[in-house]
Amino acid sequence: MALLDRHIGFVAALREAGLPVSLAEGLDAVHALEAVDLGDRASLRAAYAATLVKRPAHREAFDLLFDLWFPAVMGSTEEARDRPAYGDPELARLRDELSGILLSGDDEALRAFARGAVGAYGRGNGGSGTWFSYQVLRILSADTLMAGLLNAVLAERGGLDEKVARRTFARRIARFEELVGQDVRRRIAEEGGLERVARANVRPPLEQVDFLRATRADLAALRREIHPLARRLATRLTVRNRHGRRGRLDFRRTVRTSLSTGGVPLTTHHRPRRPHKPELVVLCDASDSVSSFAHFTLLLTYALREQFAKVRAFAFIDGLDEVTRFFAPGADVVEAITRMTNEADIVWVSGHSDYGRAFAVFEERYGDAVTPKTSLLILGDARTNYQDPGLDTVRRLIGRARHAYWLNPEPARDWDSGDSAASVYAEVLPMHECRNLTQLAEFVETLA
Amino acid sequence: MTFTSPGDVRERLSSVGYLPDDAIATTVYLAAALGKPLLVEGPAGVGKTELAKAVAEITRAGLVRLQCYEGLDEPRALYEWNYKKQLLRIQAAGDQDWNATHDDIFTEEFLLERPLLTAIRRADPTVLLIDETDKADVEVEGLLLEVLSDFQVTIPELGTITAVRRPFVVLTSNATRELSEALKRRCLYLHLDYPSPERERDIVRVRVPGIEDALAERLAQVVATLRALELKKAPSIAETIDWARTLLALGLDHLDADAINATLGVVLKHHSDQERARKELDGSSR
Repeated sequence: MALLDRHIGFVAALREAGLPVSLAEGLDAVHALEAVDLGDRASLRAAYAATLVKRPAHREAFDLLFDLWFPAVMGSTEEARDRPAYGDPELARLRDELSGILLSGDDEALRAFARGAVGAYGRGNGGSGTWFSYQVLRILSADTLMAGLLNAVLAERGGLDEKVARRTFARRIARFEELVGQDVRRRIAEEGGLERVARANVRPPLEQVDFLRATRADLAALRREIHPLARRLATRLTVRNRHGRRGRLDFRRTVRTSLSTGGVPLTTHHRPRRPHKPELVVLCDASDSVSSFAHFTLLLTYALREQFAKVRAFAFIDGLDEVTRFFAPGADVVEAITRMTNEADIVWVSGHSDYGRAFAVFEERYGDAVTPKTSLLILGDARTNYQDPGLDTVRRLIGRARHAYWLNPEPARDWDSGDSAASVYAEVLPMHECRNLTQLAEFVETLA
Repeated sequence: MTFTSPGDVRERLSSVGYLPDDAIATTVYLAAALGKPLLVEGPAGVGKTELAKAVAEITRAGLVRLQCYEGLDEPRALYEWNYKKQLLRIQAAGDQDWNATHDDIFTEEFLLERPLLTAIRRADPTVLLIDETDKADVEVEGLLLEVLSDFQVTIPELGTITAVRRPFVVLTSNATRELSEALKRRCLYLHLDYPSPERERDIVRVRVPGIEDALAERLAQVVATLRALELKKAPSIAETIDWARTLLALGLDHLDADAINATLGVVLKHHSDQERARKELDGSSR
């Protein structure tokens, strides 16, 4: 019965974390459990994963919850110890041991070591409080072992060898830190907070991470998602275009072929439909507060370049410059962004966004970029720093464009708070909330 | 088509040169034990199709393959009547009674079996591989749902044909689009990703006989380093193997910066990716 309760609790936790686990899938999982050896944790994990997790984006949350619900060990056999002083021989011994394990890459040994370290040094408050991974990581400071590890395997530093070795060890050190975190979560959960720990630690899948709150690791992972996403979108768009209605009747061809059937037009011929390819002009706020969002939108539109007749991009803070040149076909993603920030002339005086001035400069210098074929896309949080929003200019630009949209990376509930002029702009053009990759992809699909 | 345990699957797959990890072995075992279709998703070139072939090999089953593409429809996936032959039959019948002719032309002889029907009717052990399911249109998924849930097909003129022996079904997908929830729900799901350097080293050793252990190890680590860069297209296992073969053919037994420079085109197929990799890997070497 205990196993069934575990199973039910686990499935409930998965659902709470946002995995769409259906009743049928839950039953499948139970069948799968009957088929595998329950003592083998790897099989158990694989059985659950195969039946319940059908999207790679959910895998991280699944692994975290699995480790909580089906921990490898229970309880704590280690004796809590005081934080060792600097230069304590015990500390040096521990670090030597860790460095040996990292060198060998033995995952089981690493796991056991992490468990021991958390048991010894993980308790806060002099060994009576709750558990902290931060404390353990700081005492051992695994990342400072790198130099020693590299010296151990390399005859001389530098070059390709160092790059490769550095990456291997960085991966193992990250794994160690993850194992420490895992063991800390397990211990907290054992002391009576399984559901609470689960709720506090499960992160949303990558596509739903807020651009404005993304960590650096998130941003790197997101950048890697751009090209697969663009490919998915492009496939969907081509399919959609092909399935669309046929074009206008080709009168001439129809009549010509009808001659062979005595003038009766048995089959009609149509002109091929011209694919709908808008020209895109992107105006993006590149100030620090929203720059990551602007980057993603630019990257995605450029990855989807084939879907548009032409893409021109402009970045502004309080000055404005065209940045199209940095995104040439085949250009490197990261480099394009760095060059855009360093070389483009987008700061005029203060370095705070000034929408009114930016729009005015745009109209004056690049006004002819906006034509009746253009879709105008403005990216920014509409935070004007209490300056003139330049509404008349925007109105004129919109009047000249075929479509105009504003994408705002802030959650809709924050619009109009403080210096945000969201609703002022929203009166003249549609403003979309665009906080994560999912929303961005949805919007870009409607655009193309 | 039975395995005794995930360990058994692992052993037998290894014996034909496919090195599975825990997840692969367990999931294949479960798919066989529960009789459910197996949906394998992952980037191109990580061995999705190979897995199906390997399973067919170790179970001595026949492999029936349905390659999906845009515009694939029922007549080409399931079955079709051989119209031309039927027409000939009608003409040859002369003044035979219509009813007799009608009964005549809708028989086995005039039925063209397509992969799905073939797989269902086979009495021998069968692995049905439905490749690149994501390329097919959404309507095909509906057809698959029907066939895969009951393993039976209804042909109006012949009646319902039920599987004599359930085939082991593997669907693969590159995730260029999300497959429907309904299809995913009926399948066991396996996400194949790039392997760990240790596993990749072993794969290279098995797949490229004659390669030295040190070179295989080094190759796997360099490829792992490449995958960590922000590339448009990360190198796949298939490309790693190609790379190993290239190095072997060129007689290079050490992978240094020059060797990489000369052969990088084997693993990275975008100019910007190559530039980036050169810059990152070369770094301070000279």
